Amino acid sequence: MADIDVSGGDSGHKKGPGVKKAKKLSTRVDMTPMVDLGFLLITFFIFTTTMSTPSTMALMMPKDDINKEDQTEVKESGALTILLGKGNVYYYEGQLDAAGANFKSSNFKDIRQVIIDKRKQVIAAHYHTPACEEIQNKWKENHPRDPNWKDACKDKDFVVVIKPNSDASYKNTIDMLDEMTINGVKRFAMIDITEDENKLVQLTEQSASNK
Amino acid sequence: MPSVKIPRKSTATDMTPFVDVAFLILAFFMLATKFKPPSPIQITTPKSVSSDKLKQQDAVVIEFDSTGRVFFTLQTEKMQEDDLNRKRQLLANVSKDRNLGLSGAQIDEFAKMPITIGSPFNEVKSFFDVPIDRRGTFALKGIPVDSADNQLTTWITNAKIAFAGKKLNYMIKGDNNAKYPSFKGVIEAMRRSDEYKYQLITDPEGVPPGTAEYTRRQIEN
Repeated sequence: MADIDVSGGDSGHKKGPGVKKAKKLSTRVDMTPMVDLGFLLITFFIFTTTMSTPSTMALMMPKDDINKEDQTEVKESGALTILLGKGNVYYYEGQLDAAGANFKSSNFKDIRQVIIDKRKQVIAAHYHTPACEEIQNKWKENHPRDPNWKDACKDKDFVVVIKPNSDASYKNTIDMLDEMTINGVKRFAMIDITEDENKLVQLTEQSASNK
Repeated sequence: MPSVKIPRKSTATDMTPFVDVAFLILAFFMLATKFKPPSPIQITTPKSVSSDKLKQQDAVVIEFDSTGRVFFTLQTEKMQEDDLNRKRQLLANVSKDRNLGLSGAQIDEFAKMPITIGSPFNEVKSFFDVPIDRRGTFALKGIPVDSADNQLTTWITNAKIAFAGKKLNYMIKGDNNAKYPSFKGVIEAMRRSDEYKYQLITDPEGVPPGTAEYTRRQIEN
């Protein structure tokens, strides 16, 4: 009853000798051209695809404050100035001395350690005040899972000043700003290089290329 | 000796699973693809660890390429009549202030099409005079941003006026090999227009393990 007759044409009812047998066509289709087309399209889409959507990096620049009271004062002991030249990074701590003795060369890889070390040094030299405790508690409230909540105020004297010269590329500048995010530097500024500093950078670069 | 009969096998393979996979991948790429808008400017952005994704929003996009040419684009999230009017107002105001002498049709074109301005004021008119399909060959000199003649300021200030009462974002997209002075010129133009908060468009990159930011992200997730 429910069976479907699957038997071939011959087995069931015999046909007469004059009746032509219907030719059985293969149901198989040659897939090769289809695959060809498929892969062609895949290659096309792979090449046109932009996979990573660009990200944005927020940057806030300070206003030009004319009145002195609003300007942030920076403790000399907590300042790290990073100078960007053609390809290298130069830095000094505190203020640049007249002879340029504390002017040091570095590169984009090593500067991270310099920043980390300087931050540790500032934290170690921290002098505790009640105002500081307030900042710490506020930080703890907002970031309840941060085990380093005590650092919130201890590094408040730590300021990085970035000074690119006119040879510095945009990439280097962004890399340095990114380094601030990477190392959790809360206070940093990007300002113009001074004449003396620029000279020092250029002289160092010249002597490096002459070697 | 009895000979072993090796059955003859057909060399035709069944392609069906292969096709299945191929079309699956194809479907994936078709859906994942977002076509790059055609742009006359080639810019490779630097990388940063920032994880904020770029959104489609009302924004002033300032681009500068490796040779230091600066371009200005006003991008709107929607293309509603209000947005078009604001764009029209921007170009009309600049045209009036700086005697560009643009016609009403040209201002209308600017409002309706995503047009990037990349010429000093004295060449804006000739840029718009070129039919739109042949603008690709127009030699763009870039908007001057040097301290003596920072024309970008005019563009930003007028964009700000045109978008009064609406949130306008500022985005800067620079090329890896651009020099710092062009970046500085752009920042200077922003400063003069009294805008201090902006977004730099970058390519995402992973945070190096062991750093402060890395631990911070681990704690917060």
